[in-house]
Amino acid sequence: MPKLTIDGVEIEVAPGTSILQASEMLGVEVPRFCYHDKLSVPANCRMCLVEVSPGPPKPQASCALACADGMVVKTNSEMVHKARKGVMEMMLINHPLDCPICDQGGECDLQDQAVAYGFDRSRYHESKRAKVDPDVGPLVKTVMTRCIQCTRCVRFAEEIAGTPDLGLVNRGEDVEITTFVEKAINTELSGNLVDICPVGALTSKPYAFTARPWELRKTESIDVHDAVGSNIRIDARGGEVMRVLPRLHEDVNEEWISDRTRYAHDGLKRQRLDRPYVRDAQSGKLRPASWEEAFSVAAEKLLSVKQGWKAALVGDLCDLESMVALKDLMGSLHETNLECRTDGAFYDASSRAGYIFNSTIAGIEQADAILLVGTNPRREAALVNARIRKTWLNKRVKVGVIGEVADLTYPYEHIGTGPADLENLIKSAGGFAAVLKNAKNPMIIVGMGAFQREDGLAVQALARQCAETFNMVREGWNGFNVLHTAASRIGALDIGFTSKDGFDLGKVELVYLLGADDFPMEYINPHAFVIYQGHHGDAGANRADVILPGAAYTEKNGLYVNTEGRVQMARKAVEAPGEAREDWKIIRALSAYIHRQLPYDDLFQLRERIAREWPHLMQIDQILPAPWTVFGLPGKVAGTSFVSAVQNFYMTNVITRASLTMAECTKVFLHHDVAEAAE
Amino acid sequence: MLADQDRIFTNIYGQESYSLDYAKKRGDWDNTKDILAKGRDWIIEEMKKSGLRGRGGAGFPTGMKWSFMPKESPDGRPSYLVINADESEPGTCKDRDIIRNEPHKLIEGALIAGFAMGAHKCYIYIRGEFYNEAMTLVKAVQEARAAGLLGKNAAGSGWEYDIEVHRGAGAYICGEETALLNSLEGKKGEPRNKPPFPAAAGLYSCPTTINNVETIAVVPTIMRRGGAWFAGFGRNEKNTGTKLFCISGHVNKPCNVEEEMGIPLKDLIEKHAGGVRGGWDNLKAIIPGGSSTPILPRSLCETALMDFDALREVGSSLGTAAVIVMDQSTDVIRAIARLSFFYMHESCGQCTPCREGTGWLWRIMQRMVRGNATVDEIDTLLELTKEIEGHTICAHGDASAWPIQGLIRHFRPEMEQRIMEYRKLAA
Repeated sequence: MPKLTIDGVEIEVAPGTSILQASEMLGVEVPRFCYHDKLSVPANCRMCLVEVSPGPPKPQASCALACADGMVVKTNSEMVHKARKGVMEMMLINHPLDCPICDQGGECDLQDQAVAYGFDRSRYHESKRAKVDPDVGPLVKTVMTRCIQCTRCVRFAEEIAGTPDLGLVNRGEDVEITTFVEKAINTELSGNLVDICPVGALTSKPYAFTARPWELRKTESIDVHDAVGSNIRIDARGGEVMRVLPRLHEDVNEEWISDRTRYAHDGLKRQRLDRPYVRDAQSGKLRPASWEEAFSVAAEKLLSVKQGWKAALVGDLCDLESMVALKDLMGSLHETNLECRTDGAFYDASSRAGYIFNSTIAGIEQADAILLVGTNPRREAALVNARIRKTWLNKRVKVGVIGEVADLTYPYEHIGTGPADLENLIKSAGGFAAVLKNAKNPMIIVGMGAFQREDGLAVQALARQCAETFNMVREGWNGFNVLHTAASRIGALDIGFTSKDGFDLGKVELVYLLGADDFPMEYINPHAFVIYQGHHGDAGANRADVILPGAAYTEKNGLYVNTEGRVQMARKAVEAPGEAREDWKIIRALSAYIHRQLPYDDLFQLRERIAREWPHLMQIDQILPAPWTVFGLPGKVAGTSFVSAVQNFYMTNVITRASLTMAECTKVFLHHDVAEAAE
Repeated sequence: MLADQDRIFTNIYGQESYSLDYAKKRGDWDNTKDILAKGRDWIIEEMKKSGLRGRGGAGFPTGMKWSFMPKESPDGRPSYLVINADESEPGTCKDRDIIRNEPHKLIEGALIAGFAMGAHKCYIYIRGEFYNEAMTLVKAVQEARAAGLLGKNAAGSGWEYDIEVHRGAGAYICGEETALLNSLEGKKGEPRNKPPFPAAAGLYSCPTTINNVETIAVVPTIMRRGGAWFAGFGRNEKNTGTKLFCISGHVNKPCNVEEEMGIPLKDLIEKHAGGVRGGWDNLKAIIPGGSSTPILPRSLCETALMDFDALREVGSSLGTAAVIVMDQSTDVIRAIARLSFFYMHESCGQCTPCREGTGWLWRIMQRMVRGNATVDEIDTLLELTKEIEGHTICAHGDASAWPIQGLIRHFRPEMEQRIMEYRKLAA
């Protein structure tokens, strides 16, 4: 353990710690541009220079120099200041003075550090460098004259995203960051380039010129576009969400978010249900109604349809509280036809270990062999995929895939495409079976693609058998993982929003859809009465007889349980539009209309009610290991291949379908509908 | 003057063929096996005794450099010897002649040096523009291989050794040792941060020593004649041996010549290069060690001695011992401005002070050539060179700063006069 002195304070650090990191531990701020703690260290900006003795009589880059015993570091000496001022002057000579029209203004590292180390005027009287701005797609805007060539973006694309599309070309003062023959950066994580760029060279295209950071109200919340539960910060101005940024959570999303999380929020402004509607009996068309009328119509049907002939379905974006309230509402009518698996997936929900991501996302880094079954994590959970890539980068983890062939950004062995191949793998001794057998921490990740088929239960049993055969479950390690795609799913499964024996949607006479849009509406009995509660005018609202306008994830306080079983709290950033209300309140109000008033008057009472029945759901940000019990139903499996649950990364739910940005992305990245440069 | 029998490079002018037969006649590959039989430690000890300092410019003691290499590899990583033949410093042309006419000295030296550091593989990174030289070197390596001097049992020593010749693509920065390694690995030629030093993690993250061609080429002779013999030359124990000097510019007979370390600069020019064009009094300035070293005015050239420490005392550096002579006809400001252009053009662009600064320097220098500047700007210029110097990843930043610092130190009156003249004309 090297012991050194930084600015007169002694500190002992772990071997390999850089001086910059050690300084940070002491609260000493060292300016930097190129250094980023999740990326490799090029030490090329030269801003973090410090004086180190013993050593050569010149300042050293603190980000790249490991602490050694007996070092004496000065971060504030005259030599250091002179060096940093020099570097800052060099950095600014070719940087345009366009801060007033730059979107980075107000949150720009260069701006901030120029205040500390810049001069009040320029001594540069020559012409500034001109650059061509490459078009890198619909999400990231480039203004390359602002670029300080720190190469963070190049390293991010290469290391984290695994899509080496960006590069530093040419040399000397002609170097520039660009894509190869002007090409869109094809990664689900491209928005993070905007965050890591310390200047305004890479900014958010959809957000361009819309707001200044100091005007924005910042709310820390949770994302619902996939089941990862990325920690986000929602920046809003007035009643409008202006942008979504990642928030650091080392165990979930580190400091990245996927492009869907970041850019789909413009869908919150379109196709919104902002008032109740009732289907007119004469015209058969939906007409605006008052809350009283909508509730009365819905209540009348809820009371008149006989018990056993009503059903409730919850969709992918529901918060835990509203689902509990709906369950209580249906329970008060003695109705048990509840379902959350609207994606058509068949799996046993009786054992928690059988449907959660037991290893945890951070646990992927402990794995030394990973088997992916029926999943394309890059599309289904981009940050889980980034974590697998990180593990591959760090220790070349062996990955096997049973399912679709796709570019996952790391090499893998393609074992097969369907359940039969999984059966064979369990039986065989060589090949990837040997890899799994010899691994210390083997892991299986089963995607929804493996369950969204008739033989889902048998596949689940097979996956369980695989986990047991290769010793994936033992004291201190559980390598059985299910990767979900819906933010609401684990919560719904935990509270038992499922029916044990199933029911026929084509026969029931009343269906209550709580944000359930992602299944064919033809499955519902054409004569059934449909109550739709949700925030977007999508498939469900189209089929509805009564529409109760709810709130989207940015407009309500709520709990979400991610695929790991981690409970996280989302916070309200803006008000729901028009007459729309928070979902649990709508259900609570409706309960009064059917004379079965639910026993909670505010969110805290509702959460107390949840805590009484499911205490684990009130353990915020905790992971409780699930006991390994029997699940699945061994049986015959079909010969068909697995298909990933997500085919278009940019279109997965009602919000993304209403988003222009996501539509543009689909056009560019999936349909390659883009003008190409002549080669 | 160095006696003929004390010359190491006896065929540096190519009077004879470079081929193996002739090289053997000149004494190369004579009982190399016996040298290797004396063991690694003996070789390194002898190198230390010789006092040889690296001939590539930085002048790091070679024996010490070799001793940094791990004695054995606990983790199975191999050791590598990399020879830097990317000779691109303006004014320098010694390695080129060694490869042309004495390649077997280099190859034999590579075997001895590689053996001394436990390497089985040597890479020679040769400048891309040296096409003919690369062909010569490849042929010489093939000759050595065919004669059993390289291969499974190199020179009968029992040591497995082979040499790979790799041609660069002509970037000056690839002569920087870590940029060279990157280039050799197939990456962009950008210098690496140090530490880790190549002896710990160099080529493919394995222990690596990088030596200049001349450094390696003198090794066999040192081994045969003894470190003490080599150390017998020179002014003191820190500046020993003989050295190839490359004399170019305004002299009557530009040449490469092997001379004793510490020879007076004036003697070197008068005796070997036929004197300055138009006589010594017509001398204006000399760049004593290749383009990056600060320029010396005539007053300092009178007494300057050509070795590492003597030149440092007069504010310059021996560098690669490439003496660039300029007579009174030279516009010295323009000459240095041209060097500034070179350093701007060859900057790799990865770190800020060098990427931005070299261009800035060149632009100011361009105006200085015409006089279209203010006197204050000379101070700004000097300050800028100080902002670059010592703040970069590699020494390219320093190299771009020193010529200008030398110019301002010794020729500031001329710069000011140029500005005044321009003002007068403009008025």
